[in-house]
Amino acid sequence: MGRQLSEAIVDGILGGSVYALMAVGLTLIFGVLDIINIAQGILVVLGGYLSYVLSVHLHLDLFVGLLVTVPAMFIVGVAIQWAFIRPLRGRERTSMSLLATYAVAIIIEGILYIIFGSNYVNLSASYTTTGPKIFGFYLNYIYIYGFLMALVLVVGIYYTLYRTQFGRTIRATMQDHTAARIVGINVNRVQALTFGIGVAVTAAGGMVFGATGGGFNPNTGYDLISRLLAIVILGGLGSIAGAMVAAIFMITLEGVVTVLWSPSWSVVVFYGALVVVLAFRPQGLLGRKAARAQ
Amino acid sequence: MTALLRTDAVSKSFGGVQALDGATIEVEEGSIAGLIGPNGSGKTTLFNVITGYETVDGGDVYLGDQRITNAAPDKVFSAGIGRTFQLTRVFSRLTVMENMIVAAQHAERGQGRLRNPLARAGGPATRRRATELLEFTGIVGHAGALAETLSYGQRKLLELSYVLMAEPAIVLLDEPAGGVNLTLISTIADRIRELNQRGTTFLIVEHNMDFVMGLCDQVTVLDYGTAVVSGPPDVIRTDPRVLDAYLGTAEDDDDIAVG
Amino acid sequence: MSQGTVNAGPAQAGGTVQAPAGRDRRATAIRLGLLGVLLFIAVIFPLVITNALYTQFAVDTMIYVGAVAAWNLFSGYTGYIALGHAVFFGTGAYTVGLLTKQWKLPGGDIFALLPLGGLVAALVAVPLGLIALRVRRHTFVVITIAFFFIFQLMAFNLSFTGGNQGLSSPFFLWSASDYNNPFYYVGLIIAVGTITLSWLIRNSRFGLQLLAIRDDEDRAQGLGVRTMKVKLIAYAISGGISGMIGGLWWFFIGQALPETAFNPLFDLTVALMAFLGGFGTLAGPVLGALILEPLQQWIGITFTNGYVSDIVLGVLFLAVILFLPRGIVPTGAEFVTKWRVAQARRREPGPGGSAPPAPPGSPAASRTSTPAAGTPSTGTPSTGGVR
Repeated sequence: MGRQLSEAIVDGILGGSVYALMAVGLTLIFGVLDIINIAQGILVVLGGYLSYVLSVHLHLDLFVGLLVTVPAMFIVGVAIQWAFIRPLRGRERTSMSLLATYAVAIIIEGILYIIFGSNYVNLSASYTTTGPKIFGFYLNYIYIYGFLMALVLVVGIYYTLYRTQFGRTIRATMQDHTAARIVGINVNRVQALTFGIGVAVTAAGGMVFGATGGGFNPNTGYDLISRLLAIVILGGLGSIAGAMVAAIFMITLEGVVTVLWSPSWSVVVFYGALVVVLAFRPQGLLGRKAARAQ
Repeated sequence: MTALLRTDAVSKSFGGVQALDGATIEVEEGSIAGLIGPNGSGKTTLFNVITGYETVDGGDVYLGDQRITNAAPDKVFSAGIGRTFQLTRVFSRLTVMENMIVAAQHAERGQGRLRNPLARAGGPATRRRATELLEFTGIVGHAGALAETLSYGQRKLLELSYVLMAEPAIVLLDEPAGGVNLTLISTIADRIRELNQRGTTFLIVEHNMDFVMGLCDQVTVLDYGTAVVSGPPDVIRTDPRVLDAYLGTAEDDDDIAVG
Repeated sequence: MSQGTVNAGPAQAGGTVQAPAGRDRRATAIRLGLLGVLLFIAVIFPLVITNALYTQFAVDTMIYVGAVAAWNLFSGYTGYIALGHAVFFGTGAYTVGLLTKQWKLPGGDIFALLPLGGLVAALVAVPLGLIALRVRRHTFVVITIAFFFIFQLMAFNLSFTGGNQGLSSPFFLWSASDYNNPFYYVGLIIAVGTITLSWLIRNSRFGLQLLAIRDDEDRAQGLGVRTMKVKLIAYAISGGISGMIGGLWWFFIGQALPETAFNPLFDLTVALMAFLGGFGTLAGPVLGALILEPLQQWIGITFTNGYVSDIVLGVLFLAVILFLPRGIVPTGAEFVTKWRVAQARRREPGPGGSAPPAPPGSPAASRTSTPAAGTPSTGTPSTGGVR
């Protein structure tokens, strides 16, 4: 039990960091565009399939392949924003954007089914099956590499947001669209690039996800997006730090419940935790309370 | 004369910014009181804590003898305090008449209409009263129009009209003269005077000094969340502390108005 | 957008809503007539078209008409987009299923269980609403989705729900040729009842409170509306009806599985129907269901590859959102209004006699004046009724 528990915790922290990466993309998109990208889950899967194609057919190393898949997913993101998000206007924009990104998800899912079928796919390399022994269990290298990569990318996003001119324009846009326009920020461009970045991280997330978990098929998108939504809401919508904390907390919690109770109830606890937290803290862990007056 | 509305050392801070710092004001029954002060002095925040849109960190709010500190907005409204907003807030996809009926909850509750929740909204008495009020404010011609089709000034009038539906004891007006043309400003001032003569008490936040000085019996100056001076317009006009309040902020003009 | 630009002058705004009384009456008559015809068609449909495939489509459609009307009663009126109504649908299905098993009820008697299924679903909605209705917009949407997953997983995990085997319904003994008809008529009754209820609510005080919440919840509360109570009642009513429909669906389909009774596509389909027809309007969502459900069924049998039909559906989604964002009914209504204004202009080319602003009459005068004089439209909200 002790060994299983420590394994669950280590897995939770390392695996949680990958969810954190995907969730940061989602919450970043929310912060800047004020929409929830329901397609984030299936885009992670798409990123995974791209890595799969590169590694199986072109024999490219999984991490080297990211040099191709990350820019590719960035372009996919910008294209989705340009075609389906940018035109949305008016009072029901929030709901419309949910439906629009959901529709995009359905289409991508259908296409992936037609190309790849419903068989589960695993990404494999030498480091996905070997690793050092710590706390009495074997930890595959991919967990460590994935954790380090997620760390580098999240720190990179943080650095970009808080230390660069482009980051300042993103943060300004997050705070107030109108004010950002007034000071000469091209809000449309910032939104497109942000959507691109938010989607690009899914390529990296999808690769690690496919190499660590029990594999994926097109249907995995639903499982992913529901978890990611729970994570970003728990962390507080628009809060990057909140998304990271919540991701690691939730994935670890799930792992621990699996060990202590049962796998079939761990997911219930996962969503139950969200409900309980929101019952006491409606703005999420690190979210800001919305002003009620003007 | 007794104080109808009283705040007793009310404090409120937003993330370290002290918006209200022991603000104590009194509004006498039957008066038209003014609340002035530089930007960020806490005027709107004071309105928000009185009407339940913000909770206080310390201090108390009283309506007559009734303590209404941190009561929810609907309770405050039912207790007899109506308010308008600096930027008008009307129900844009409802008609003007429907806006009026929404605000008539309080008046209708006493009429046994609760028995049938599906009864058609707004009984004849409610509609009659709404029509009278809309005539009074001069927008009755738009009764059937969607509120989103009204001009800014008309929205201000609608806001004033529907607040009056519940026959509040006191009405808090947040910049009633802001952003409207001169003719309308004088119309609004006339209406306020007439209502006051009928017994409604007013507390008005306003930047237009002519409007405030011409209308109010009593003016309170707020600075850094504290009431620094209070008195009749003539006294306020010459009080050196008022000048201090306005000029003193020239150097640190941080706008902390959260509402 | 500047608010001032949409300002219509006093004369215009007054004029457009003040259609002559005769035309108003005629329009009402036409509407009622149209409704009567629609209802008549709905009633005789399975008697005329007896092909079992089509009557099965018709039952599905009725189920969705009722479900979307129930959803709109809460989400459309309050503006809170709920994507977890499958919780209530599934709860109703499982409640009715378990009770049927428990009490071993025969034949058509079990339709009497539907209100009970609805009641349980409504009771479930109360605690869920107390949590979810404290948050707004995206957070509300996501928390309803979280409820959905919790309930689906519970249906899988708990022992009394039959786990992944689900619950099977008894086979009914009425004749195969019109086997679908009882389901159809029960569905029709629920759908018509829900639409009628929506209409009553739309014109009631309660309904105005809901619509006020949609426009500005905090302001509504500041005008004395007990927002939490009002939202919760609407949520429970909406959930209760969804539960009844879930029970009906279970009888009809014959089996409730965790993934079909608590189906993520349920809420999205319902939401899409509502948006297609016109979110928050009375007729729009119903129209959306009448168009989309048969279309979906048709796509399902035309593109035998399920994935292709999913893609077609997704493309359809996007087309609606991009090209008809406000829905059929509001877009159509706007078109009709524009056309009428153009007609009216053509008839009266004059300046349109602007009404002078009401004189600042004395308080006494304004108190006693008769309200009706010169303002016939005052009492009739132009947006009321069926739109």
